Amino acid sequence: MIMHIIDRRLNPGSKSLENRQRFLRRAKALVRGAVKKSSQDRDIKDVLEGGEVSIPLDGMNEPRFRREGGTRDMVLPGNKKFVEGDILPRSGEKSGGKPRDPGEGDSEDAFRFVLSRDEFVDLFLDDLELPDLAKRKLAEAESEGVQRAGYATSGSPANISISRTASRALARRVALRRPRLAAIEKLESELAECNEARRAELIAELEALKAKARRIPYIDPIDIRYRRFETVPKPVAQAVMFCLMDVSGSMSEHMKDLAKRFYMLLYVFLKRRYRHVEIVFIRHTDRAEEVDEETFFHGPASGGTLVSSALQAMHDIVRSRFRPADWNIYAAQASDGDNSISDGEVAGRLLTDMILPVSQFFAYLEVGEAGGYTFDMPDSALWTLYERLRAGGAPLSMRKVSERSEIFPVFHDLFHRRGKQEKTAP
Amino acid sequence: MTATAEPLFQGADWDFLTLQRIHDACEGIARSELGLDVYPNQIEVITAEQMLDAYSSVGMPLFYKHWSFGKHFAFHEASYRKGLMGLAYEIVINSSPCISYLMEENTATMQALVIAHAAFGHNHFFKNNYLFKQWTDANGILDYLEFAKTYVAQCEERQGRLAVEQTLDAAHALMSHGIDRYPGKKKLDLGAEEKRAGRRRLHEEAAFNDLWRTVPTGPAKSDAMLNVERRRKLLGLPQENLLYFLEKTAPRLQPWQRELLRIVRHIAQYFYPQSQTKVMNEGTATYVHYRIMKRLHEQGRISDGNFLEFLQSHTNVVFQPDFDDPRFSGFNPYALGFAMMQDIERIVSNPDDEDREWFPEIAGNGDVMGILRGIWANYRDESFIGQYLSPRLMRHFRMFHLHDDPEERAGVKVDAIHDERGYRRVRRELAKQYDVGFIDANIEVVDVDLAGDRRLMLRHAVVKGAQLNEADARRVLQHLADLWSYDVSLVEVDAADKVLKEYVANPRAIAAVA
Repeated sequence: MIMHIIDRRLNPGSKSLENRQRFLRRAKALVRGAVKKSSQDRDIKDVLEGGEVSIPLDGMNEPRFRREGGTRDMVLPGNKKFVEGDILPRSGEKSGGKPRDPGEGDSEDAFRFVLSRDEFVDLFLDDLELPDLAKRKLAEAESEGVQRAGYATSGSPANISISRTASRALARRVALRRPRLAAIEKLESELAECNEARRAELIAELEALKAKARRIPYIDPIDIRYRRFETVPKPVAQAVMFCLMDVSGSMSEHMKDLAKRFYMLLYVFLKRRYRHVEIVFIRHTDRAEEVDEETFFHGPASGGTLVSSALQAMHDIVRSRFRPADWNIYAAQASDGDNSISDGEVAGRLLTDMILPVSQFFAYLEVGEAGGYTFDMPDSALWTLYERLRAGGAPLSMRKVSERSEIFPVFHDLFHRRGKQEKTAP
Repeated sequence: MTATAEPLFQGADWDFLTLQRIHDACEGIARSELGLDVYPNQIEVITAEQMLDAYSSVGMPLFYKHWSFGKHFAFHEASYRKGLMGLAYEIVINSSPCISYLMEENTATMQALVIAHAAFGHNHFFKNNYLFKQWTDANGILDYLEFAKTYVAQCEERQGRLAVEQTLDAAHALMSHGIDRYPGKKKLDLGAEEKRAGRRRLHEEAAFNDLWRTVPTGPAKSDAMLNVERRRKLLGLPQENLLYFLEKTAPRLQPWQRELLRIVRHIAQYFYPQSQTKVMNEGTATYVHYRIMKRLHEQGRISDGNFLEFLQSHTNVVFQPDFDDPRFSGFNPYALGFAMMQDIERIVSNPDDEDREWFPEIAGNGDVMGILRGIWANYRDESFIGQYLSPRLMRHFRMFHLHDDPEERAGVKVDAIHDERGYRRVRRELAKQYDVGFIDANIEVVDVDLAGDRRLMLRHAVVKGAQLNEADARRVLQHLADLWSYDVSLVEVDAADKVLKEYVANPRAIAAVA
């Protein structure tokens, strides 16, 4: 008998991807909750790694008629010492009880499964939105792209759409009944082997056909169509993220850790929205410098605190490397709120005049010591300053954080999708 | 038998030529020695991920899309990744050609085992067992699944995903009650009808006796009674196939919804024989692979080392943990089935006095394969165990019967053990465990209130006090009411017709109902 062997290994995988997506869509609310919960006790670095979540089965169950209770009879293997008529106590260890099948009924109250990295991040950032996603002054953007915009009757020869032209020509030829080449050939071959009487008739017919074919050209200039292109302004698809941090002596490791977590989240978030994201780390004491990530978070530094130095540095970098027309600029500043009194005026002016006009978003995160309650952190010098600027209409977002677990809620709060009004709540 | 032939393979590696050689060698033994009759084979090599895919769509190569399959996939995948679950070596599909999926990471020995097991053992069983013959159409199933898949996809396009999903959810909830348990009466054609009428007339004439006229009839039936009887006849009541009943009579279903119910019903019906023949099916396949592998080894076509590898996995497969073992989860169908097949072989070829007393028809008959093939063709688990479980095997497994009555405060009673007094009772109880009549709740549609609010009335005949799980029953009834689109009630009654519990469900506004 014939036997076939088929190698299915090369078939496209993920045949059940579609089913999986349906399942996720159905369980979306539950899974989103689980993702939030599981991300709280994860390291931010691992947030992106996907992984296992567990959701309650409620709402995802597939009910069947099941029976329970009543008198049960069962036959089991492995009798060692029982004889007929023995009574086995039921309590505790059920010596004769049949264990329930896994996956049966309500015994399983949570359902664990693995999410891929993309699924995880999608759900993680699902209800967040970037404020001012498009560049405010889009008109100024010089980058333009072209896109197809139908067909035109004129254009450069390189843009001739052959298929469109050919189909129009065909339609015209059919409509005007242009004699087909095959018909002419047939007549000619007939002409070659026919008698005299028929010959004259055939010649006349042939001439008529040929004349008609000449009158109706195969391709007429009116058939020709060109592909049309339009130029459209291209939205800026790159972003730069400025991380500003006070590294003076008053910032503890805990505070830096809080700031780091916030930056990470912001990075993950921007990464989802923009094709290209650059990060600039600026740390400052009483003077500011641009550093790499390692130094930013771990490098030792000490000195006084001048916030304006960092703002100045950011402004310089923006001017030299990131043209506001080409880049979406985001900035997040973390500090414990110390600033020298005399600096307030300078910092305020820099912010309102130079930085805020070019930025999409500027967030200020005031970090506090662990265990301190955010609501009784006294308003610091910087907080007071920014508060005043905000009251004056500057688009600033500010939050206070002192616990690791507050980072995500605060982040979520800042970017939460809400109608038009934003940046109003402190 | 001497070692004459070349070994089929060396070591663990294999390629498609090896598979072909293994298949041909197995086929020779299966046909000539075991007399098996199989569908043509199609062997497909798949990866672990594809195996998981197959798991989540009940082993079928193509299936319509539904979220519940995604859920099962996610569940299997999670437990597979954690190492909680190994994957099966193969999946075999009851179709013609018979498709066996082989995992790519199996060794050559495992592939031989799997080919003998699935492509010959299961294959023969599918082709010959009466249940499969009666209920499944091996030639048509793949085409039907293809149709179902396309149909569901088209419905989604036209009616919207949500409406289709709701209907399928409801149909899945009723799937276990969408099965015909008895083949329907065959409709007679006109000619046969006429012949039968003629025979009846002849019989009446031949057996005419005027005295019958004087025999009093019962009291005349009232109009109301006649009405009820007429209605029940019209609706085909009582009806235990809930999906069939809905498909044919639910008043407000759209044609496409009826078709979806039909698809789910047909698929449930297709799997109905499988659930009734687990022990026999696996027993047959295990017995066949054991015989084939042993013969291949005797012929020298499988080396000693490879044969040991086979024996190791064979022993794992037929391992039966005791009831107090943490690994215990009921009888292992492979173990029980294989043991019974071997026991029958022993009874037929080399019986002792006990066997002669218990199995007079087959003891010492001598034709092992003839007897086994007959059994494979004509039995299901319940009848197979009920007739062929021998006292020797009960002693071997040390079986005992527990009777757990919740009324009995003291505990669970050991009702029978593997001794002279208990053999028959143990065997009867074990057979009952495999009886589909006892496994599924006995629920049927008894009436529809056609004169009033069109309420659909169901009845659950409670056996041995086992009532429905309330939460699940409410959910299923909700689905049922959505399809019926009027109220649905379910009463649970015991053997004495005492009502134990009553459920009522009202239909929700379902997107699909116009």
